[in-house]
Amino acid sequence: MLIFEHSKPGRLNAAQTPGPQPAYDGIPERFRRTRRPLLPEVSELDAVRHYTRLSQKNFSIDTQFYPLGSCTMKYNPRGSNSLAMLPGFLARHPHAPIESHGQGVLACLFELQEMLKEVTGMKGCSLTPMAGAQGEFAGVAMIRAYHEARGDGARTEILVPDAAHGTNPATAVMCGYQVREIPTDANGDVDVEALQAAVGPHTAGIMLTNPSTLGVFERRIKEIAGIVHRAGGLLYYDGANLNAILGKVKPGAMGFDVVHLNLHKTFSTPHGGGGPGAGPVVVGERLLPFLPVPMVGYDGDEYRWLDEKECPQSIGRLSAHSGNTGILLRAYIYARMIGRAGMERVAEYATLNANYMMAQLKAAGFAPAFPARRATHEFIITLKQEAKELGVTARDFAKRLLDYGFHAPTTYFPLLVSECLLIEPTETESRETLDAFVEVMAKIREEAQQNPAVVTGAPHTLPVKRLDDVKAARELDLVWKD
Amino acid sequence: MPFIPHTEDDVLAMLAAIGADSIEALFDEIPAELRVRGLEGVPPGMNEMAVARLMHQRAAQDGMPLCFIGAGAYEHHIPAAVWEIATRGEFYTAYTPYQAEASQGTLQLLYEYQTMIASLTGLDVSNASLYDGASGLAEAVLMAVRANRKSKSRRVLMPATVHPIYRKVVHTIVRNQGIELVELDHSGSGNIEPEYLKRFEGEEFAALVIPQPNFFGVLEEVDALTDWAHVNNALAIGLVNPVALAVLTPPGEWGERGADIAVGDGQPLGAPLSSGGPYFGFMACKQEHVRQMPGRIVGRTVDLDGRTGFTLTLQAREQHIRRAKATSNICSNQGLMVTAATIHMALVGAEGLVRVAHACHANTRALVERLTQIECVEQVFSSPYFHEVVLRINQPVGEVLRALAVQDVLGGYDLSADYPELGNAILICATETKDEADIERYAQHLERILSRRKDGPICTKLRPRAGTF
Repeated sequence: MLIFEHSKPGRLNAAQTPGPQPAYDGIPERFRRTRRPLLPEVSELDAVRHYTRLSQKNFSIDTQFYPLGSCTMKYNPRGSNSLAMLPGFLARHPHAPIESHGQGVLACLFELQEMLKEVTGMKGCSLTPMAGAQGEFAGVAMIRAYHEARGDGARTEILVPDAAHGTNPATAVMCGYQVREIPTDANGDVDVEALQAAVGPHTAGIMLTNPSTLGVFERRIKEIAGIVHRAGGLLYYDGANLNAILGKVKPGAMGFDVVHLNLHKTFSTPHGGGGPGAGPVVVGERLLPFLPVPMVGYDGDEYRWLDEKECPQSIGRLSAHSGNTGILLRAYIYARMIGRAGMERVAEYATLNANYMMAQLKAAGFAPAFPARRATHEFIITLKQEAKELGVTARDFAKRLLDYGFHAPTTYFPLLVSECLLIEPTETESRETLDAFVEVMAKIREEAQQNPAVVTGAPHTLPVKRLDDVKAARELDLVWKD
Repeated sequence: MPFIPHTEDDVLAMLAAIGADSIEALFDEIPAELRVRGLEGVPPGMNEMAVARLMHQRAAQDGMPLCFIGAGAYEHHIPAAVWEIATRGEFYTAYTPYQAEASQGTLQLLYEYQTMIASLTGLDVSNASLYDGASGLAEAVLMAVRANRKSKSRRVLMPATVHPIYRKVVHTIVRNQGIELVELDHSGSGNIEPEYLKRFEGEEFAALVIPQPNFFGVLEEVDALTDWAHVNNALAIGLVNPVALAVLTPPGEWGERGADIAVGDGQPLGAPLSSGGPYFGFMACKQEHVRQMPGRIVGRTVDLDGRTGFTLTLQAREQHIRRAKATSNICSNQGLMVTAATIHMALVGAEGLVRVAHACHANTRALVERLTQIECVEQVFSSPYFHEVVLRINQPVGEVLRALAVQDVLGGYDLSADYPELGNAILICATETKDEADIERYAQHLERILSRRKDGPICTKLRPRAGTF
């Protein structure tokens, strides 16, 4: 039932509204709305019950193991949430003067900038991008600004490995670039020879994720950096997989010029059913002048905003204010709680969990996509054998996992591996949980052998069965009508 | 170890299963010269108790001043239930609903949200959100350029009555795609003079941006502006405040044919001020443009048994399918803020939102009336407004606002840098959260500050200005 179907004309939640008001003083009639908007007229209890019940139809980290590859669904500390929602933080207007009413929040943001520079090995940081995709945009826009500032207008192309996230090519196009794909070799590394052949005076840069989306570390990264830099291009690091190397390798040391971080992954801010995230960018020397504004500066005495005045070559602003501050605070609180030693442990235990799961799944008869490689914080298994022999696909396994109370891993991404599950357990899951998942995977395969309809018809225990996506797209129903 | 559950025995057993000697051995594919030892620049960890103490101090440092600033972010009452429910783990720690069967809660909520936004804007369809109002306007500009079938122009008319920072953000986001923003001056009435557009007739534009209310709080002649855009083969993009939409004509009903796209910042619907974010952007459009819309869209459909269910749809527009040919690189954005906004709208309801809008308008009127009783304070524009007004004083705005802040009163937004032609101008706002005593407190401090300053020029009270500069 929709909230609108609970609605009854004339029902008012008086506790949440001002009293009756003098109408339209001074707003001439030609500007006024004639029909009421279709908003629910329900009691407070109706609304609370309705949305509480809806929440119970969701899987979430707080209720289920959520090994969604490339998304780093680790525990989101409750402390990060409640401390970021202290009344003083929530009530602060973005234009409140920072000298008298902003030093507290700016201190947190400045220290976060410093920590992000340290973990990535970079020289400057801007926190304003509001998501990973906006961080990517900022990164590529800075690369473009760099070439333009040098009067180099010939660079029209961004290189992207074929295994990359879809946001990479989409971002390059938004920044006015053409995209050239670079193939991957059989071991999951970038095809360095193909890269060598692709670079030239038209190369603006390359966008890379390391570890790659295939769940393996790009071993020839220094060589790749050399090839791109010698051609005059810059290297962009997609921070999607930073959880794998936090405290172990700094992107700066690998030769990257710009990095975006997904704080909703590595720094444990909530995914919120699809955001808000935060996608800060950090840069090396060459891109310092181009960072998006505003940033937080500190002179040893007072924190202040650095804007267009201090940063005249900046690519500019990406948000109406200074980004998703409430999310940045959660990341800051998380960083302070785990501290230096905790950050080094993140990659260690994320990697331990992934390699353990890969070994256990292999022992149970599943096929890793890259059996000769170490897993990083995530790994891929391919169900192409199961699909061929038993007629059950990766999608079927994913849906059946839901029946057993596990969120499905990422399916059919990366596109290079057929019938794939990309599995990322994260460091916050216990061995018992990982074992339970492996057991269920083996059980689903047994079901597929004995009674495949149970698997191909899954899920059976959720509020709905598989949905008709074709009908959804063909007979668009996006808005309820009375 | 904070948030890591492993015992020593676990680690040993797991390494044995892997066939590795140590955790360190798991990193053996990383070239040795790349490895770092230690993160000296990160402080040692603190437990939750210690961090709580630090954060309480930091939050207290920023105070709880009496705030009369608007300028794109508005203090409204938020029912307690909004964030109690939005931060339930099932909403707070879920991800984008790719597995529809395990995400019906979020998906149904988004469908309800789309319905509410379509109704508020008077348009056919809504997406499931964008990052914020400013970047949402940039997406609307890009969308209009793609969607305009009558004109191939890459020029967009951008009035000076649009929030100055929004204009900067749009510039940052669209400039590399060869899109030109043509600035349109404001008139002496603080809005876009429809007559003034005549100079652009015969030129091609992909779209005209129409803010309602505009950055000065003034109401634009939206019907005439929308019709002008359509007669000149441009699309009309309405930039709107969702609370104002409870009482103002929705974009879908502007002029003869209605605006084509509406966008805005959803912050007034349940998002705390939070130093500027997270907020969310909303976007609605006519049905004919739905395939050019960026962002997630939820559709209602049926399952194998014919039961109603909800799923992400029209994904062929998006980056994870279309890659370089996507409508935008946007993917997950402000889901939790939309969750809060939907609950907020359900709790406040239609009549409630109308009352909130009226109370904002009435309180702003009372504030203007009280402040303009002070010598040397005048209203700059006499045009109709919603809940923000431009005042002019006879002294530098920055200094006066700082003196007010010392008294814990945030007196408004300083316009003198972005609009020097207005003189010492302040943009003020009073939402439903303000009462007579608050207004009196502001007025008394302002009066004292203005009269104490001897170096101010002698002021002669002027009538609000009308006509062109």
